[in-house]
Amino acid sequence: MAASHERIPTVHRMNIIAVGLSHKTAPVEVRERLAVPESRLGEALHRLCGYQGIKEGVLLSTCNRVEVYAVVDDVEAGFARVQEFLADTHLSLSSEQLTPHLYWHTDGRAIGHLFRVAASLDSMVIGEPQILGQLKDAFEASLTHKTSGVVLNKLLQKAISAAKRVRTETKIAETAVSVSYAAVELAKKIFSNLSEKTVLLVGAGEMAKLAAKHLINNGVQRVMITTRNPQGAIELAQRFNGTSIPFDEFRRAMAEADIVLCSTGAAHYLIRAADVEEAVRRRMNRPIFLIDISVPRNIEPAVKDIDNAFLFDIDDLEMRVEQNREERRREAVKAEGMVEEEVAISLQWLKSLDVTPTIVALRKRAEDIKQAEIDKVMARLGHLSPQERSAIEGLASAIVNKLLHGPLITLKAEAHSAGSSMYVEAAKRFFGLDTDQSPAATPAEPALARSDKREAAPVAALKQNVPGGEPEQKRA
Amino acid sequence: MPVTFFIATIILYFAGTGFFLAYLLRRSEALSQVSLGVTAVGFLTHTLALLTRMLEAGQVTLASFHEAMSFFSWALVLVFLFVEIRHRIHVLGSFILPLALISLLSAAALPKEVPTLEPVLKTVWVHVTLSMLGTVGFAVAFVAGIMYLIQDGLLKSKRFNVLYSKLPPLDFLDRLNQQSIVMGFPLLTVGIIAGAFSAEFARGSYLSWNPEQLWALVTWLFYFVVLMGRLTVGWRAKRAAYLTIIGFAGVVLTFIGVVLKAHGGVA
Repeated sequence: MAASHERIPTVHRMNIIAVGLSHKTAPVEVRERLAVPESRLGEALHRLCGYQGIKEGVLLSTCNRVEVYAVVDDVEAGFARVQEFLADTHLSLSSEQLTPHLYWHTDGRAIGHLFRVAASLDSMVIGEPQILGQLKDAFEASLTHKTSGVVLNKLLQKAISAAKRVRTETKIAETAVSVSYAAVELAKKIFSNLSEKTVLLVGAGEMAKLAAKHLINNGVQRVMITTRNPQGAIELAQRFNGTSIPFDEFRRAMAEADIVLCSTGAAHYLIRAADVEEAVRRRMNRPIFLIDISVPRNIEPAVKDIDNAFLFDIDDLEMRVEQNREERRREAVKAEGMVEEEVAISLQWLKSLDVTPTIVALRKRAEDIKQAEIDKVMARLGHLSPQERSAIEGLASAIVNKLLHGPLITLKAEAHSAGSSMYVEAAKRFFGLDTDQSPAATPAEPALARSDKREAAPVAALKQNVPGGEPEQKRA
Repeated sequence: MPVTFFIATIILYFAGTGFFLAYLLRRSEALSQVSLGVTAVGFLTHTLALLTRMLEAGQVTLASFHEAMSFFSWALVLVFLFVEIRHRIHVLGSFILPLALISLLSAAALPKEVPTLEPVLKTVWVHVTLSMLGTVGFAVAFVAGIMYLIQDGLLKSKRFNVLYSKLPPLDFLDRLNQQSIVMGFPLLTVGIIAGAFSAEFARGSYLSWNPEQLWALVTWLFYFVVLMGRLTVGWRAKRAAYLTIIGFAGVVLTFIGVVLKAHGGVA
């Protein structure tokens, strides 16, 4: 009635911006100066949100990227503030120096960027798992220091869950993209249970040691080590919790080894075809997997022709890695599509945070309830005089309007304030205006219970580790 | 009723085979669930076909070649579903389902009427059941052997294609090969003994030294040697794969010979 003719204030909504630089736009000399160590993250976050017009802020700082995600009143001013903030993190940096390296995104593009970063689609090695953990850390820091609010909390949670979806529904992180891990992947195609297998490490080359470490992480329990220098083998044996074997006896030990990792500086073949033939015979034809990571090669190539012996050299492993990279790129295309879907959902949610539609939805909900109750009571009372009818209707309208008066006034008043999204979110929850579902039909309780659970456990969810993936890059 | 179920089973196994072969060649894992679903429903209709046939006949209908082949196909799918549930090796279906379909189609081609058995042959189903179950073991070993040789070849030639990514680890296939023989061999042994007793009961002699019986004994001896070789001198991996493929070829040839002889035909 009167309410629907009232002028509804058009409220400009908050803007989301993303400003930063990454391995794609800035050399390491710039990135390293901008990076914020964990110990100073809190201080930096407070400084960021101290700027006029920045309502919420999250800072992601890794060795490959430094990015600020913020909710601001005004996009242009916001960009300027964030750039100022970034330049201030290091004394030797000026705003002008930074400009050529920075990228700037707003709203949909900013959210898209966040989601792509989380899903490791923007990483140097596509699909690497570290970035998601780093993003979770950044999120946790902003929660601890209370610099993120309704908007960024929701977006970061969505980014994290979208990233998990990408990881489980595509093969983007499934395959090995390093030579040492490719060895593990191949071993798993020969042996179904690595924990019953024995590894023989010949020589102390870096790559072989790394491969041995991956194999141990994947279940291998028994490790034998031999190096030309006996002291080296003993030290390595301690490190890998294995046994050292004298160098001139290791060929006999091959009969016990399911996996032989060879990487020495020798200029000739250390393991000849005859040695492997003998080992396979003594193993009663149990398969043996040999990896030669040495250049020049240390295992005679003719071993390839021996039944039940599987020899792979550095070129084979590198070829495998290249194929896997190709596969990841293919999967990345699929992942981009998923990210787009998720971004669209988040944009929808963001739109619902506007004050205006919330006021409309709230009024509609109240009107629906009122009308339903009036119909019910009229049906029960039977015939009534027009006066009686209008008295009942008037009563219902009065109650509804008085009850809504406070919330509506507050929403309108807060429309321009920093906390507007919080009030909108609160109103939506109090009155069950969840736009994810058809608003009028669903009762408020289940929607509330669900979102409560979601909101209450962000940090708990953060603690979970990223499943799978190869522990290749060091944490920045 | 049994005929309806039987035809439904053929259609479902046909679809299952198609889906499983498509699954084998495609990068995506999505088809595995469809293939499995179709196969499971097919197994259900197959079970119903066997049961309703027995109910209608009022006896255990496992005497004719049609019945034996249908039962073989059913048991093969049963073993596949069992391994699938335990190990989730979908790709096994891509190899077993075609075999199950071929057996079922050959059952369809054979005379389908319920044979009227002389009273002395009433227990011949014991012989048929056990021999067929033993043969299922050899069939699974055969399939594991083929898969082993393919994966071995791919690893050796470093062709990391879709097939490579779908096939299970070599030692899994070798173990499947071993377990199938270890289970199949005693079943076949008891099956042959049961057959000999049935023959003695019906005809008065355990062995009539006809070519099929000789072939069956040769097959039995072959698998005996294969099993002993594995357990004592390491006939595993590639050699075991080759031997079990040859052995199963022998089994199939024997069966074809027996069928052709029994039904006149060209033989």
